Amino acid sequence: MFDPERLKAIEAEKEKWDQRVQKSLQKAPERKEHFTTGSGIPVERVYLPNHVKDLDYMRDLGMPGEYPFTRGVQNTMYRGRFWTMRQYAGFATAEESNKRYRYLLEQGQTGLSVAFDLPTQIGYDSDHPMARGEVGKVGVAIDSLKDMEILFDGIPLDKVSTSMTINAPAAILWAMYIAVAEKQGVKPEELSGTIQNDILKEYIARGTYIFPPKPSMRLITDIFEFGSQHVPKWNTISISGYHIREAGSTAVQEVAFTLADAIAYVEAAIKKGLDPNVFGERLSFFFNAHNDFLEEIAKFRAARRLWAKIMKERFKVTNPRAMMLRFHTQTGGSTLTAQQPENNIIRVTIQALAAVLGGTQSLHTNSYDEALCLPTEESVRIALRTQQIIAYESGVTETIDPLAGSYYIEWLTNEIERQAEEYIRKIDEMGGMLVAIEKGYVQQEIQDSAYQYQKKVENGEAVVVGVNKFQIKEENVNRKILKVDPAVEELQRKKLKELKEQRDNLRVKAVLEDLRKAAMDESVNLMPYFIEAVKAYATEGEICGVLREVFGEYVENVVL
Amino acid sequence: MSEERKIRVVIAKPGLDGHDRGAKVVARALRDAGMEVIYTGLRQTPEQIVETAIQEDVDAIGLSILSGAHEYYFSKVIELLKERGAEDIIVFGGGVIPPEDVPRLLEIGAKAIFGPGTPTSQTVEWLKKAVEEKRRKESSVS
Repeated sequence: MFDPERLKAIEAEKEKWDQRVQKSLQKAPERKEHFTTGSGIPVERVYLPNHVKDLDYMRDLGMPGEYPFTRGVQNTMYRGRFWTMRQYAGFATAEESNKRYRYLLEQGQTGLSVAFDLPTQIGYDSDHPMARGEVGKVGVAIDSLKDMEILFDGIPLDKVSTSMTINAPAAILWAMYIAVAEKQGVKPEELSGTIQNDILKEYIARGTYIFPPKPSMRLITDIFEFGSQHVPKWNTISISGYHIREAGSTAVQEVAFTLADAIAYVEAAIKKGLDPNVFGERLSFFFNAHNDFLEEIAKFRAARRLWAKIMKERFKVTNPRAMMLRFHTQTGGSTLTAQQPENNIIRVTIQALAAVLGGTQSLHTNSYDEALCLPTEESVRIALRTQQIIAYESGVTETIDPLAGSYYIEWLTNEIERQAEEYIRKIDEMGGMLVAIEKGYVQQEIQDSAYQYQKKVENGEAVVVGVNKFQIKEENVNRKILKVDPAVEELQRKKLKELKEQRDNLRVKAVLEDLRKAAMDESVNLMPYFIEAVKAYATEGEICGVLREVFGEYVENVVL
Repeated sequence: MSEERKIRVVIAKPGLDGHDRGAKVVARALRDAGMEVIYTGLRQTPEQIVETAIQEDVDAIGLSILSGAHEYYFSKVIELLKERGAEDIIVFGGGVIPPEDVPRLLEIGAKAIFGPGTPTSQTVEWLKKAVEEKRRKESSVS
């Protein structure tokens, strides 16, 4: 792309410039000895064409919407349609959450995103001993189809796409969604949405696992298969790096471990006899938008290009739609502070802008009170407005991948891809991601990064405005924050009791027995059994109880 | 005071919350400061935490809770320690705990809550002093 003679000339000029810089440094040194990205990649004073001298435009960047998709997965990107503004929400009861969803849709968000409480995420009903104190706290409590019907009351499932952050019991919640849609007269093939359904990152970084790896992979691939056949507009998985990053990983590790997880899923599905050209179209991803603005933009581009190469070269995929890394982004919660929380609005804006310049398909922006509690209506509105202002006022959406061609951005995109590939190779040599997780390798890498970062904050090398610099003496502790009514737990217990009295318990017994038998046979796709069970108003806890008996429970590999 | 016995701490994740970055960072910082740390991993019941603490003969228990269930778990753990006659074990913690909830936790019997942004050095120093004071009281009683 660059004339070698010109490059030599530039290099010669650069050397002379370096000498002039040395003189400047004697008068005024730079702010620090070493400059790095947020993730520790060394950053030079200036980037030149020479840094990307081997860049081949068509090979490395290509056109938007075409292999290797570096510049984006659609050929009109935001000129065609903005990313989906999809705020993660849910708390207390289905009634409360339904209200919040309607509020958000009224305020202009364009897709739903359901946050479930921990008992629901871990397959426990609200009256289970392990659910004490947790019901409705981090998301909505869903014990049965009845709750799900209330959750989507008045929301047309043929018109709204819904993302559900649910992993170990994803198949069950998906079955409930399909059943609710059916009651609305909406067929599965009309449904649009996503289930997170990414168990590997649960073992690594998030912790809401239930079953051991083998049966978990079975459930996941059952979902891929059922989706391809019956719910073709649905993203059957959202392979996530967000949580890996939140747990403390670097940007490189975020890409590497996410794609390594993805490789494990593709391999498992192929082993089951599924065609990557088919299920590959409905894999989706979920990344973090962290602080280092330019590194994040480069990260998204690197991830797209690397995934496309992996699908094409490693898995011999020929369908371009199955090579596309389509992703949702959330701004990094762990970067937000409890001190001077209004500053978080600025952090989120920068992070959201990085996601947009990185070409995300969908975006959640955190509310400024993130470090204190779940969002109030006011704080989530500001978060949504952040996206709307970027979309309608900033102008960055009017052309595709505007930062392409920047020497630094292209160099950093290459560097992140290169380093991520090295990690993937290492994991391959270990025997793949499942082995690497079992060995604790991934968890250790993440933790080490987390600890190193903490040390940097404590010695002042990493500045957190308002926390270790620019603090104020008196923080305002009287803000209005969201509190989940502890009565929710008692309310859910009552609802469960009523449900169990009103439903056909013989039918429930029968469907659970059918499920048990089917679960014991690896060759059976369990989705139809889940759909029957939820329609009979078997509770989530009862269904997961059967699976717990058949599959067993995962025991954490504690790595410190 | 001579340091005959290292400070022993259990760092625990009670309940269903899976966010362990903070717990692990604190555990490592305490370990780097010369303490003996037992990190329990996730999904601990209050019974398990108290049992581990007693078995391991620790000076303190640190609870990490980001799920909003803090009042429940702090009170359960402290209650159980009382029942088992182990109320001399110092209970502290951190996580996502709104400042307005902290007084209640201290009332229940937690000795300190370290919120987001607390440097680990602060936790280390506090714990050293708290254990020193505890041991001084114990030796004066005996």
